[in-house]
Amino acid sequence: MNALLNRALGERNGAIGLAVLAVIILLIMPLALDIFRLNLVGKYLTYAFAAVGLVMVWGYGGILSLGQGVFFGFGGYCMAMFLKLEASDLTSTAHQTTPGIPDFMDWNQVTQLPMIWQPFHSFAFTVFAIIAVPLLISYVISAAMFKRRVGGVYFSIITQAIAAILTILVVGQQGLTGGINGITDLKTLNGWNINTDSAKYLLYFINGALLLGVIMVCNLVLSSKLGRLLLALRDKEDRVRFSGYDVANFKIFTFCMGAVISAIGGAMFTLQVGFMSPSIIGIVPSIEMVIFAAIGGRMSLVGAVYGTLIVNYGKTAFSESFPSLWLLFMGAMFIGVVMVFPNGLAGLYQSHLNDRVTRLLNRIKKVKSSDQLKVVKAES
Amino acid sequence: MDAYSLSDLWSILVMQGFSGLSLFSVLLLMALGLAIIFGQMGVINMAHGEFMTIGAYTIYSFSKLTETYFPTLMPYYFIVAILGAFLIAFVVGYLVEYTLIRHLYKRPLDTLLATWGLSLIMQQLFRSAFGAREVSATLPDWLMGSWKPTPDIDIPLNGIFVMVMSILVTGAVVLFLFRSNWGLKVRATTQNRVMAGAVGINTKKIDRVTFAIGCGIAGVAGACFTTIASTGPTSGSLYIVDTFLVVVFGGSASLFGTVASAFSIAQAQSVLTFFLTNAMGKVVTLMTIITILMMRPEGLFRSKVRR
Repeated sequence: MNALLNRALGERNGAIGLAVLAVIILLIMPLALDIFRLNLVGKYLTYAFAAVGLVMVWGYGGILSLGQGVFFGFGGYCMAMFLKLEASDLTSTAHQTTPGIPDFMDWNQVTQLPMIWQPFHSFAFTVFAIIAVPLLISYVISAAMFKRRVGGVYFSIITQAIAAILTILVVGQQGLTGGINGITDLKTLNGWNINTDSAKYLLYFINGALLLGVIMVCNLVLSSKLGRLLLALRDKEDRVRFSGYDVANFKIFTFCMGAVISAIGGAMFTLQVGFMSPSIIGIVPSIEMVIFAAIGGRMSLVGAVYGTLIVNYGKTAFSESFPSLWLLFMGAMFIGVVMVFPNGLAGLYQSHLNDRVTRLLNRIKKVKSSDQLKVVKAES
Repeated sequence: MDAYSLSDLWSILVMQGFSGLSLFSVLLLMALGLAIIFGQMGVINMAHGEFMTIGAYTIYSFSKLTETYFPTLMPYYFIVAILGAFLIAFVVGYLVEYTLIRHLYKRPLDTLLATWGLSLIMQQLFRSAFGAREVSATLPDWLMGSWKPTPDIDIPLNGIFVMVMSILVTGAVVLFLFRSNWGLKVRATTQNRVMAGAVGINTKKIDRVTFAIGCGIAGVAGACFTTIASTGPTSGSLYIVDTFLVVVFGGSASLFGTVASAFSIAQAQSVLTFFLTNAMGKVVTLMTIITILMMRPEGLFRSKVRR
């Protein structure tokens, strides 16, 4: 059990990194920021789920998914459908032509709740769907592609096309999805008002804890034999295949895992921000998620979180004051992260700070053990 | 359907068929440059759409300049402007290859990210230079209006122009790749870089010029689009997914495949949009392409070369 925990935390250096991140997310941010800003950070942290998923899929699996927003969207839309149904009860929609259905359906002359919406009355089903829908879709996509040994660039382009299709579909089917405006006016979760300040605080903490939990699960996977295999097949796929492994299954596993992680982030996004719209699932947001992971370091789970926070903070700060500079800056980041520092912030940390921190830790440990030695001597 | 007479139906068929053909030439023009860059060289150029935008803005600038300084030359400027569009996109492509792409040939996924960054930068530059609003060039008179073989059939002249251009450019690309000395070197380099270098081909130079030519063709494509649509800073990015799908669906290394896939995608889409809504027609087409690609990952036409 202890060994398992140790692996989930990522040994000593990993545990320190995780602890620092936990303190920043769960202690410093809530103390330093007012609720509006904290809610914004919470929103960024939901993107961090997608970025962490990308570290698994891209950094370790070697599969660049340009459709991470798709799965983020599936999670978000599932949650939004549940919340919307709860918000459209008979009394608050009494003025509609058809009471009891979401308002946008009424505007689009839909008179009956569509089949696909029916099960989302149940919260248990919604939670199940948030995991199961992206899992199923990612499985179908990745199994079809990887079993036929399609990989690399082709896979990226096809995931991008899927993101494009889904956006067109969601925007086009207004009566079913709310169209370009998305699903808005979400109020309560099982009767609990999610728009109050206290609810926002609680959701922020749940989100932060979930994110840390996801990172620990990823650590577990990566430190297992599976994780080593992933690295091996990223570097020399054929060699792993000739050693007798079914390479496709490992790739499918990582891709599905990344998809589910993003979907959890998407569901948390809906809860914290209070709406879901196609602007969050298309090509551009999906590729922005890649830059979050790339800036943080494509091989570092914790780095991905920092990358997400920094890029989004920069986006908000820049686009408030110099909107025209932001795109230039963003473009430069894409180029810079590829040309100059391919391992992102985590790479910079590794090459400049890691040794010092390790030395410092060793010294502390030595001091401690020599203290203990003294105590033991004194007792004897 | 009773309301239509037989001759009405015939006119609808001709015009609908023509709109499919015109979409085909648009897709083909977009895909040709990429067929060289991605199909032959294997470089993922996400900024390909922006090279088209360069071409479109070149036409716009030429038209404005001609209108202000040489109004008498208005009927002829378009020809010169297309050459200008090719040259400017060629030069920009050359510089991009030199500064960026040549460091990334061995890292295709990173090329994708870097060129995406490049496309963001180019979009912002367009916005700063030409404004965020869409602009359209003043077209010469011979591109306006339509051709009416019978009173009911109405075929726009600019559509015919785009079709003629796509045929000309395809012909030029085929000649360039398969009949010229340079094309031989390009194919040799893409098939086996080391051996090509060993027999004395300057592979780096080949890469650079080939990439630039692909960009130049994108510029010509963008120039042709100004005759049918207006240009904005982000117009190019709207085409990029379609363009890649055309090339991938056709079988990335086969030029003939690119033509065939552009044709089938365009016809499917225009027929489907006639029966369904615009958005759904596109969704169904793209879904079909992806399903076919999942079953047949190498695309319609597989290149005969083993890699």
